[in-house]
Amino acid sequence: MDDMTESRRGGGLQAALRRGDFALTAETSPPDSADPARVLERAGMLKGLADAVNVTDGAGARAHMSALACAAILARDGIEPVLQFTVRDRNRLALQADLLGAAALGVPNILCLYGDDPTAGDQPDAKGVYDLDTRDLLSTARCMSRGSFPGGRAIEPPPGLFIGAADAPRPLDENWKPDGIVAKIDAGANFFQTQYCFDMAVLRRYMARLVDEGITERAYYLIGIGPLTSAKSARWMNDKLFGVHIPEPLIVRLEGAADQRAEGRAICAELLAELRAIDGVSGAHLMAPGGEESIARVIGDSGVLAARSSAA
Amino acid sequence: MGLGPFDPSNPDQPPPGYSSPGRLERVLRAGKFAVTAELNPPDSADPRDVYERALVLGEVCDAINATDASGANTHMSSIGICSLLSNAGYSPVMQISCRDRNRIAIQGDVLGAAAIGVCSILCLTGDGVQAGDQPGAKPVFDLDSISLLETIRTMRDASRFLSGRPLTTPPKVFLGAAANPFAPPYDFRPLRLAKKIAAGAQFVQTQYCYDIARLETYMERVRDMGLDKRCFILVGVGPLASARAARWIRGNVPGVHIPDEIIARIEGAENQKIEGKRICIELIQAIREIKGVAGIHLMAYRQEELVSEIIIESGVRGGRRSHDHHKRARKTIEHKEII
Amino acid sequence: MYAVRHWSVRNARLLEWLYNKFFSLLLRLHPLFERIGYSRLEAPMAALERGIKGFMFDCRMCGQCALRSSGMSCPMNCPKSLRNGPCGGVRLDGGCEVIPDMRCVWVEAWEGAQRMDEGMVITVVQDPLDQRLAETSSWLRVTREGSMFADQKNEGRE
Repeated sequence: MDDMTESRRGGGLQAALRRGDFALTAETSPPDSADPARVLERAGMLKGLADAVNVTDGAGARAHMSALACAAILARDGIEPVLQFTVRDRNRLALQADLLGAAALGVPNILCLYGDDPTAGDQPDAKGVYDLDTRDLLSTARCMSRGSFPGGRAIEPPPGLFIGAADAPRPLDENWKPDGIVAKIDAGANFFQTQYCFDMAVLRRYMARLVDEGITERAYYLIGIGPLTSAKSARWMNDKLFGVHIPEPLIVRLEGAADQRAEGRAICAELLAELRAIDGVSGAHLMAPGGEESIARVIGDSGVLAARSSAA
Repeated sequence: MGLGPFDPSNPDQPPPGYSSPGRLERVLRAGKFAVTAELNPPDSADPRDVYERALVLGEVCDAINATDASGANTHMSSIGICSLLSNAGYSPVMQISCRDRNRIAIQGDVLGAAAIGVCSILCLTGDGVQAGDQPGAKPVFDLDSISLLETIRTMRDASRFLSGRPLTTPPKVFLGAAANPFAPPYDFRPLRLAKKIAAGAQFVQTQYCYDIARLETYMERVRDMGLDKRCFILVGVGPLASARAARWIRGNVPGVHIPDEIIARIEGAENQKIEGKRICIELIQAIREIKGVAGIHLMAYRQEELVSEIIIESGVRGGRRSHDHHKRARKTIEHKEII
Repeated sequence: MYAVRHWSVRNARLLEWLYNKFFSLLLRLHPLFERIGYSRLEAPMAALERGIKGFMFDCRMCGQCALRSSGMSCPMNCPKSLRNGPCGGVRLDGGCEVIPDMRCVWVEAWEGAQRMDEGMVITVVQDPLDQRLAETSSWLRVTREGSMFADQKNEGRE
């Protein structure tokens, strides 16, 4: 009973953020398998290192093991998940049902996303649903968190969900207003995880604007970062990933290194340390497709966790 | 570590010739008259509410169906309920409807289901959204129940997604479909069953049966076509609480057709609820006698507490009890070894 | 048009015959279509198809016409767009679960199929829809694919 109440009041991630710790989240992708052991093979490496681990939902418009089942498996093993929901594959009935299922299976955190179009993946003949948009999903999650379905029926006891949305730090012009972000917070977002941001200069200016506008009083920001594997992949990301910019000096550094992977991890650890000093940033969201081991090493090397326990 | 208490005599690998390691398939293939029941999911985030409902059913059932937003009303999702049931040692049948998810989500849910211990999946079309309390929801129907069967069969037997991408471990599931011999076009229904079997259905659960004559006509045709040998047919039954309830169901639940004689009989009775239960038992006993029927599927909406009595009094299980899983389930819940 | 839809089902046999003739004609036109270019023909052909089939069957231009395997009753008029037969919600009077005043598309389909010569193709499992083909011309697609198939058969013989 006590465990359930705890997760209904929010899990470890929310607690860490409330305390003011620099939170660390990581990401894992569900396998192409019906075997639960596969889930823990990768994500297990992050146990005890990340405050929570995101489980992606049909990333790249490709089917994998359901994110909800994956998250349940993690939760059972003592790894706190952040369950990602896209609005591409499910209508509101299925989304609500899965939100409730998530809560009952010990998943305290969710992230609401739009989702890549089916034509982006290997099932382009599928129907994109988009019954709700991200904002609708956020308000649905909040409505349910407080104890009722949008249709009016009560949920007793209510799930306590810690609700997240996505953002992407970028260069801003003077006229920029944070309306989109505010709308998400008004709809129910408690925290944001961002797309990769390797350009600290851009990030500082972005976060300064958010702080000015009072955004960071209302929602926690976790900045997306990851261990680059090579200069070549860094250039690919600059080319192909929308909104991602890896500064040239970092790429040059990678090119000059004897072991590019190790250099990528070192860069990531340094950036983590920098992030901690930026006003308004509450944590980091580490992403590396297939690279859970890499992330585990970066977290270890960065000293973030050690700093936390010495401060306690 | 493990995911939950697995019965030691229930290994991960299906026995030769079986599709799944689950109990439902074992019971049916052993030639026993099977009993399944539907669990009505709670509007709650507390798993114990699910366990309480399962306790009432588990004693007499070979498997428990976890519905998927039936009547287009949301509750906890089927995969969520199945995870809880599986963890407590029950044998869940996961229901997947085509109404709310596209083929990407559905394939994901099949893998997820297998990962959390589901061995049987029921493929449904799904009631229209107009039936529920959010009629503005967008109906998906990216697949229909037959392409859904084929999809899961492909994943299981060819170990790949529809797109061709390979699976490292395929789901080992016993595949089922729904059938409604009691709705028009009547003479097409056996052909529709044949189509579902061709697409992969290994068992079916039918809509509520209140018309034995209609069922007999259907089963005769089914036997002529040899379909009963290729597929296990479980007939749907359920007690009617009152004449008023019967009329409401007839008017509001899609596909349920209750003859006037039955309603009249309940209405004329001294105690309508008892009469409704008596009718249910009689129907079960009549269904038991029909050649080609492999079991029954009890849907006792809001009267779950009657399920045990009805099954025991009808005598269909011939004194056969469910496995120790039920005792283990009680222990699990009492010791709060949840999740 | 709704009334015409029913007429089409009642006259499924005639329409089956007509369609077979039409399909042979299309196959013979394939070399011409190739010369003009299939992509150029797409817009006018789709418009023509929408007009004719829309009138006769309430066609929704799914791009994967299955009229022959559904007794000349277009399955896209089913609110659940079922391609393989009726759901279990059909009302006692044959009305649709979702639209009670509308006769179930598959009740109609079964009637039509029984009138046709090759109506039993209604028992063959149909693939799920490819959503990308919506609004494209089925006629052009079957002509192109039918010709490829005919070519392959001929090559096999040589």
